[in-house]
Amino acid sequence: MTTLVFVEVAEGKVRKSSLEAVCFAKAMGGSVTAIVLGSSDAAELQSLGKYGATKVLHAADPKLDKGIIQVYSAVLTKAMQDENADVLVLANSSLGTPVAAKVAVKAGASFASNVVELPNTTSGFIVKRSIYTGKAFSIVELKNAKKVIAIKKNAAEVKESGGTAEVVNYSVTLSDADFNTTILSSEKATGDILLPEAEIVVSGGRGLKGPEHWGILEELAKTLHAATGCSKPVSDMGWRPHHEHVGQTGVKVAPQLYIAIGISGAIQHLAGVNSSKCIVVINKDADAPFFKAADYGIVGDAFDVVPKLTVAIKSANG
Amino acid sequence: MKILVCISHVPDTTSKINFVDNNTKFDTAGVQFIIGPYDDYALARAIELKEATPGTTVTVINVGPAETEPTIRKALAIGADDAIRVNADPTDSFFVATQIAEHAKGFDLVLMGRESIDYNSGVVHAMVGEMLGLPSVSPVMKLDIDGSKVKMTREIEGGKEEVESTLPLVAGCQEPIAEWKIPNMRGIMSARTKPLKVVEPKATELSAVLQKFELPAPKGAVQMISADNVADLVTKLKNEAKVL
Repeated sequence: MTTLVFVEVAEGKVRKSSLEAVCFAKAMGGSVTAIVLGSSDAAELQSLGKYGATKVLHAADPKLDKGIIQVYSAVLTKAMQDENADVLVLANSSLGTPVAAKVAVKAGASFASNVVELPNTTSGFIVKRSIYTGKAFSIVELKNAKKVIAIKKNAAEVKESGGTAEVVNYSVTLSDADFNTTILSSEKATGDILLPEAEIVVSGGRGLKGPEHWGILEELAKTLHAATGCSKPVSDMGWRPHHEHVGQTGVKVAPQLYIAIGISGAIQHLAGVNSSKCIVVINKDADAPFFKAADYGIVGDAFDVVPKLTVAIKSANG
Repeated sequence: MKILVCISHVPDTTSKINFVDNNTKFDTAGVQFIIGPYDDYALARAIELKEATPGTTVTVINVGPAETEPTIRKALAIGADDAIRVNADPTDSFFVATQIAEHAKGFDLVLMGRESIDYNSGVVHAMVGEMLGLPSVSPVMKLDIDGSKVKMTREIEGGKEEVESTLPLVAGCQEPIAEWKIPNMRGIMSARTKPLKVVEPKATELSAVLQKFELPAPKGAVQMISADNVADLVTKLKNEAKVL
């Protein structure tokens, strides 16, 4: 079996979610070829070998520097053919998921997104998907000879298996017709840890009483190297940007540790955090429903507890 | 302009998820069904565009069995002009996209939510676009039409991008593209007589077949820690949960 992995590079670095995709493909068995589109640092491409890719296709055409979904899907479909790949694996993302869907249509492949663990291939090719916003799973058989799967965060452990990869320049013929959308500009929080990829998330709710009080939360997040999130009312009121909104209609996170401060825990918020390994809830209302979904809870005033927690973590880290 | 809005019929976001028939069917007992929240944003934006541009029509389409008709009627009450129901169970995104593509030809704009909140695939818009050879953009937080040009704001990880494309176009929508609309009495009355066409699905071989459902393992009880002893929490996170 040959698996092609689409690897996303952001600001010169391979995204962590894409490393998970490479490790997922490696764990599936067979040979793993990674493909990177657009400019990228040679050392980053080479590093994919450590995670299990034996070959890295690099399509360095600068026209691929911007992620145009239609263009990317055409290139990946061609690469699947050229490499005779049975499966395309990539990480769920705002770019990867629609690209994967288009490749599946072009290649006549079976498709599944939100895949949470390795496929069961003892009889057929069976995947487990997260559905109902993390509240259930579905077991789905992918019937077609070719498959495209988009994996959810934590579907595979990122580990180095110590190999090396051959980096090959992959030349592509791009069709002007595929440039059917233009990215005029983009705005990205810089230097911050991306919320969907973060291992620790510190989130705040209305209990913080106003955007001017976010300092204590940011201080805690900085100490933990965590991303910051918020509840829906907080983003609706404009206290924090929409891309920080965690919940049913916002970002779904799956960190090792989720710390919720002053969030009551509406079921719509829980839907965005239920894939977290460990949940800590800090709320002054002992009856907040969030405590029922938590692993650890502290009943107390955020303005008292949060700074104390920051100090305790700093002292524990020496 | 002709707008097609694709709506899913999904359990209310507060529903408890359970399965019956040996975990092969969703348990609908006591569950209230709604228009998918993301689809509701798409519908609201479509109605705004209709109100702003005379001569615009809005058609809704749903792939689902007869039980989805009250949900379709609600979309008509909100302001859509007519509706199509493709009489089939929507178990797979490729299947649903195939059915929608079959009826989406001739529309200038095809709007839907970024994903349905039951199966969460988040790809029907991309697949419909691919099947029709049209650009598709998702998740769209803002959409404005200027002649044949469409300007959109698309959410990306940790930010957003400004995107431009042309009609016809497929878009997956999310907040804050428009405010949800609540049907008024006149809308509810007129929805009863608006045309709702039922069509049989296009025969398609399923490329992904649902075998069964599973529920996650139940979560253990919460451990409460005193606000005066946060150091204890840090110790537990390090040694017990092993997440620090």
